[in-house]
Amino acid sequence: MIPLEWYLGLSAALFCIGIFAVLSRRNAIGILMGIELMLNAANINLVALARYMHPHILTGQVFAIFIMTVAAAEAAVGLAIVISVYRNAEHINIDKITTMKW
Amino acid sequence: MDNYAYIALFAVIGVAFSIFVMLLSWAIRPHRPSKVKLEPYECGEIPFGNAWRQFKVGYYIFALVFVIFDVEAIFIFPWAKELLNFKAKGLGVFAFAEMMIFIAILVVGLIYAWRKGVLKWD
Amino acid sequence: MPTITLQQFMFGAIALVILGSAILVATLRNIFHCLLFLALSFLGVAGVYLLLSADFLAAVQVLVYIGAITVLMMFALMMTHRVMTTDISQSLTQWWLAPLPIALGIFAVLFRVYVRHGGQALVDTKHHAVPTTGIIGQALLTRYMLPFELASILLLVAMVGAIILAKEDKSDDPA
Repeated sequence: MIPLEWYLGLSAALFCIGIFAVLSRRNAIGILMGIELMLNAANINLVALARYMHPHILTGQVFAIFIMTVAAAEAAVGLAIVISVYRNAEHINIDKITTMKW
Repeated sequence: MDNYAYIALFAVIGVAFSIFVMLLSWAIRPHRPSKVKLEPYECGEIPFGNAWRQFKVGYYIFALVFVIFDVEAIFIFPWAKELLNFKAKGLGVFAFAEMMIFIAILVVGLIYAWRKGVLKWD
Repeated sequence: MPTITLQQFMFGAIALVILGSAILVATLRNIFHCLLFLALSFLGVAGVYLLLSADFLAAVQVLVYIGAITVLMMFALMMTHRVMTTDISQSLTQWWLAPLPIALGIFAVLFRVYVRHGGQALVDTKHHAVPTTGIIGQALLTRYMLPFELASILLLVAMVGAIILAKEDKSDDPA
């Protein structure tokens, strides 16, 4: 049997790699990739805790399905924004997109 | 769990076999490159330009509509699995109506995409 | 006893694949290679779901993340091909070390919390390998009926919004 801490540790590590990707990337699509990694880490956490705490109620898995739905919607809209920015600015370097900076 | 171990074993053997075969053919084949041989094979067409050309945004919108209905499908699978159980409990109409509402809301999106003309190719 | 060791070995291998490819996603210079390793990472997460006996969720992970989201990102990369050349910097060039302490700090906090409080949650459950699809379907149709219908509205809004954002205006765009 795999201890619960292993799953939680894996999820924490994946989450932090996602944070690192989000903070260090300048390409907007790279940032979206980091966000997907973080959402996956949250999903692992939910499923693992549901499995170890309440193995017969699959609340964690239902939540994970909803998170995947949100992730798909987020990726669709986020990438559409990226394409729209690219059409107007000819690049997607987020350090140079400062029109809305106050 | 044991069944998945077989899948993992199968995957490992598959990957190892393909790597082995590619290494073997690399080791025993003669190596005489020429310009014609190094061209990418495009079903006999002569390739032009770089592979990383600007693609039409239409591709993205098609992929987008696919993603939305892919996610819809993952809700339909568990519903389809449970529909008969709900019918046995006398709740068949209820479960069926729920899914019909779900699909109807998404069909609105499909009609929107259709009316906007993004499903037309050209 | 041997099966237990096998399970733990498989977890280790899968975790190695997930974390290794995730690190490559965060650091590689060619953004297209990043995307391919992102798909590998998603596949590893599907393996973790199998280890947690969440079979339906593993299938959904492959279907949605690898089959849909990665493909969507690939199309978006092809739309914005000019950023893919490796001579344009993809990451922070100066202060690139700043995100690293932040990420490590958050990891330290999370790990400490998990190790301290996770120990109480170690209710070792019996091996249950029921197909989860039916149970999830039941939960979706009864207890989570409202989120289920709201998910469809979310998808509708995402579809309409993304089409509006991505569609080119025919009026002022000659191409």
